[in-house]
Amino acid sequence: MTPRKVWRPWGVFAWLAGILFALPVLWMILTSFHSESDAATNPPSLLAPLTLSGYEEFFGVSSGVSPWPPLINSASASIGSTILVLLLAIPAAYALSIKPVRKWSDVLFFFLSTKMLPVVAGTLPIYLFAQFSGLLDNISFLTVLYTSMNLPIAVWLMRSFLAEVPVEMLEAAALDGAGLITTLRRVVAPVAMPGIAATSLICFIFSWNELLFARVLTGVVAGTAPVFLTSFVTSQGLFLAKVCAAATVISLPVLAAGFAAQDKLVQGLSLGAVK
Amino acid sequence: MATQALVDRPLVNPVRSGPKRAAEWARRAPLLPALVFTIIITQLPFVVTLIISFLRWNALDPSNRGFAGLGNYIAVATDSALRSSVVTTVILTVAVVVVSLLLGLGLALLLDQKFRGRGFVRTLLIAPFLVVPVAAALLWKHVLYNPEYGLLNGALTWIWSLFGGANPPQPDWISSMPLISVEAALVWQWTPFMMLILLAGLQSRPGDAIEAAQIDGATPWQVFRYLTLPHLRQYLELGGLLGSIYIVQNFDAVFTITSGGLGTANLPYTIYQTFFQAHDYGQASAAGVIVVIASIIIATFALRVVSSLLRNEVKS
Repeated sequence: MTPRKVWRPWGVFAWLAGILFALPVLWMILTSFHSESDAATNPPSLLAPLTLSGYEEFFGVSSGVSPWPPLINSASASIGSTILVLLLAIPAAYALSIKPVRKWSDVLFFFLSTKMLPVVAGTLPIYLFAQFSGLLDNISFLTVLYTSMNLPIAVWLMRSFLAEVPVEMLEAAALDGAGLITTLRRVVAPVAMPGIAATSLICFIFSWNELLFARVLTGVVAGTAPVFLTSFVTSQGLFLAKVCAAATVISLPVLAAGFAAQDKLVQGLSLGAVK
Repeated sequence: MATQALVDRPLVNPVRSGPKRAAEWARRAPLLPALVFTIIITQLPFVVTLIISFLRWNALDPSNRGFAGLGNYIAVATDSALRSSVVTTVILTVAVVVVSLLLGLGLALLLDQKFRGRGFVRTLLIAPFLVVPVAAALLWKHVLYNPEYGLLNGALTWIWSLFGGANPPQPDWISSMPLISVEAALVWQWTPFMMLILLAGLQSRPGDAIEAAQIDGATPWQVFRYLTLPHLRQYLELGGLLGSIYIVQNFDAVFTITSGGLGTANLPYTIYQTFFQAHDYGQASAAGVIVVIASIIIATFALRVVSSLLRNEVKS
């Protein structure tokens, strides 16, 4: 396709660029295994002895503050909202592609337009509502908000997948007298499954990463991992290794999911326009 | 938001007799939960924001609450901090989107070549996007930018010592170039996103046209300029649009790296601060309404871009 022989040296550039981009991440992981004093040297001490003390600090060995409640909060809000998103988005995508309602494209664009409105402008009413109804610092309320945050993306993604279900197959299934359940299982599901995987991945990542709502609406009980992470900033003295350990642990689920499903990541990020 | 019907598709006949009407509702039924949910949670708050924007309401002064008319809007329009945050938002968004698109394009072109370890290099390049944004912001602020022992200044010391220099430059990155510091961290995170979308675009190029051009003696630059770039256009637009949607609303990086200081406060941060630190609900809501109106205007243009993408997707 491309004149590959001529371009050989570009491989070297690609490697250099890859290492340069990954360097801060690799450095973060390396620093997380250094002691605080080795983490704060100039020039950097690359070959300093490795230790787990940063992780011990993160898990509260000396401070007694456990990171598990925020980690569990993040996990339940992310997984819970992803499930809710799928339950709402899949039927909606069905009604926008396989058996489309009238003006389905207007509806689709309505969903996308909600993503373009600045979240921060709606935050105060949501905060006041939560305060009024006793839902402040409540992880279920955050889960519902994350659902609304990701639903438009999920509807777009799932629609783009379901739109690929061949119409002839649906007609053939109907001619053979297949019921709705059989059609869904035999014809729609094989096309929908990669879409569901891409949608889940993207919704999980966006919910796991979210900071603004979590910061405004949660406190000691329902605080999520990103909020917990910001509390490290106020630490006194040397804290680089501890911060790096915390950042590594909190990024681990996203790094693992993203690396494992790189192709799904592209599909998800492009709202299904790229497959 | 109203948009014209975009694609010709066999639609239901709009004659509405009894059974047809029931069939239409049966079609709509799977859509309704998601639609109602979205309207309640994403649209209703804006209506409330609109109402509050006409009220005199500061949470620190609860007795002095009442109708303010356009007072909040006048306050917002004459507030220099808010005006400068508009400018900051535009600069931040444009700079990050453009630079990460260009870098992403360069990296996608590199990754489109065949070389040893391509899959691994791709994985390395994706890594920045998979670090939780707050973690990435903390990483840049403390581990890279720190003037005493950050990696950037550490590397400068190291390079200087290699060449026997005694006094390596040790800039205080965040104080001397606050906005660029925030932008660099964001560009680092968003370049992989652009690269992935553009790489997918490159790999969907029709190979035969390029081969034909090469046989006809086209130079690599001509192939890029007249075949690759036009094909990539819609992918560039998609990356630019989605990147803008997310970066306009960026809160994490500004909040973490500079706490909005040194002229880096963008709109989301400024409104957040008026809400939750100054507690001026009325004025913050007025600012919110203005931002929403501006977003609608920009979004109308952006949606046109997407609608052309949708048309292409359906065609292919």
